[in-house]
Amino acid sequence: MDWSFILEKIVLIVIVILVTLGLALYTTFAERKVAAFLQDRPGPNRVGPMGLFQPFADGLKLIMKEDLIPSHANKQLFILGPFLAMSAALLVSGIIPWSTPIEINHTKISLQIADINIGVLYAFAVVSIGVYGILIGGWASNNKFSLLAALRGASQAISYELPMGLSLIALICLTGTLSLSDIVQQQAQAGHWWYVAYQPLGFLLFFICALAECNRTPFDLPEAENELNFGYHQEYSSMKLGFYLFAEYVNMIMSSAIMACLYFGGYDVPFVDETLLNPNLAAVLGLISILFKIVIFLFVFMWIRWTIPRFRYDQLMNLGWKKLMPLALANLILTIFISLILKS
Amino acid sequence: MAYTLTNRKQFVERKPMSWVEKLYLVNILKGMFITFKHLFKRKPTIQYPEKTRTFSPVFRGLHVLNRDEDGRENCTACGLCAVACPAEAITMEAAERVKGEEYLYREEKFAAKYEINMLRCIFCGLCEEACPKDAIYLSETVTPANYNRKTFIYKKDDLLIPHPVHDAENYQKALGQRSHSLKTKVHS
Repeated sequence: MDWSFILEKIVLIVIVILVTLGLALYTTFAERKVAAFLQDRPGPNRVGPMGLFQPFADGLKLIMKEDLIPSHANKQLFILGPFLAMSAALLVSGIIPWSTPIEINHTKISLQIADINIGVLYAFAVVSIGVYGILIGGWASNNKFSLLAALRGASQAISYELPMGLSLIALICLTGTLSLSDIVQQQAQAGHWWYVAYQPLGFLLFFICALAECNRTPFDLPEAENELNFGYHQEYSSMKLGFYLFAEYVNMIMSSAIMACLYFGGYDVPFVDETLLNPNLAAVLGLISILFKIVIFLFVFMWIRWTIPRFRYDQLMNLGWKKLMPLALANLILTIFISLILKS
Repeated sequence: MAYTLTNRKQFVERKPMSWVEKLYLVNILKGMFITFKHLFKRKPTIQYPEKTRTFSPVFRGLHVLNRDEDGRENCTACGLCAVACPAEAITMEAAERVKGEEYLYREEKFAAKYEINMLRCIFCGLCEEACPKDAIYLSETVTPANYNRKTFIYKKDDLLIPHPVHDAENYQKALGQRSHSLKTKVHS
């Protein structure tokens, strides 16, 4: 094993995790600002210029709180819950191609931590593990509201993973590969459109399911305050609660990144041929491009949250099983037929 | 149409949603368009400690006991304000002016003690109207918050306007926007 390779990957992992956490930190701030602006308020503006230090004040507040573990809780699992939620959310960052490779001293350094050939499958698997964070946290709290919320979260995630998977299969029928970097490269080719143009319905279904997977409004039933007090993290305090809240934002960033890669060309800058540019310049442009797409998706996530009220539980299940499932199936069958006809 | 007592009755349509409506997508997009428009609307918030809202010119705030141009107290402790007060918030004790105190009190009788209970006061301004000497009026500030009920009983020292000669700047500030109308009232 080459030492420089390991060093390169470790540096990349640290940078990606730090940037993701920093971005998540400011996503909480953006969430509050967007909420405020959508409701004709100015939002937090007291800490630092324009309130920019607000997330640090929030984090400090969470750290200073007493870290309680309820006496009837299962201690090991209680601690494992937020840890699992957070790490599952961060694990997805490993397969996202952040940009084209950069060149330092004529050696190419890939900006993707691991280019595994089953990237999409990996993302899917890891996101599913994130549900265990909710489930274990809710169960270990030994509180009926937390348990109910955890059950809801689990059933919701299972219900919405199906249409999500089906819409993904339709996409994979077109790409012919499960590797995220290959999918992005296909879209970056000249004359090839982004996959959202080929799979508009698939993207819509994927987006709706991503909302449900991230437990965002209108699918935030695991934390329905009016029915379940605070949801699965009711018994949590201090930074454990912070981890849960933070994991939600990291999840949002990761699903935005995956959506950008799958349907919106990832690091591809539209109407620009990157191969003609200096590779380092192209890498920077690509990084800006994918970050911009992520930010747009994050805004849409927030915009939806502050527009639409929460679904009732039966409505949620109806939508998932009776509307999205048939639509995803129809989309899949249609895609297969059309691609077969075009190939023959 | 069923029988109605008034002609204002409206019947709510309860027909089942169509398939498109059950997808919610069209209505969600409509709602999102509405919230998006709010992004660019003017925010009505006033950044409070830095900016304060201006009171209306007829605002009735904290009471002020007035002095004349030489700084002598106007109040003669006649008690008309206490009688006029519907909340019975005003208490006073009269005293007679002795020789050498002419620079302090304008007339022979003055208020030795003058208290207003700000928790009782309803800021109706009837004391202001009742006063024949133009000695009390309601200013443009509100009663500041405090921890103790006792502190809301304002003594004469709390109520008296700053001296117009020795402390002209604060005097003008206490007069506020109404300085003009007050002066004309004094002269007439």
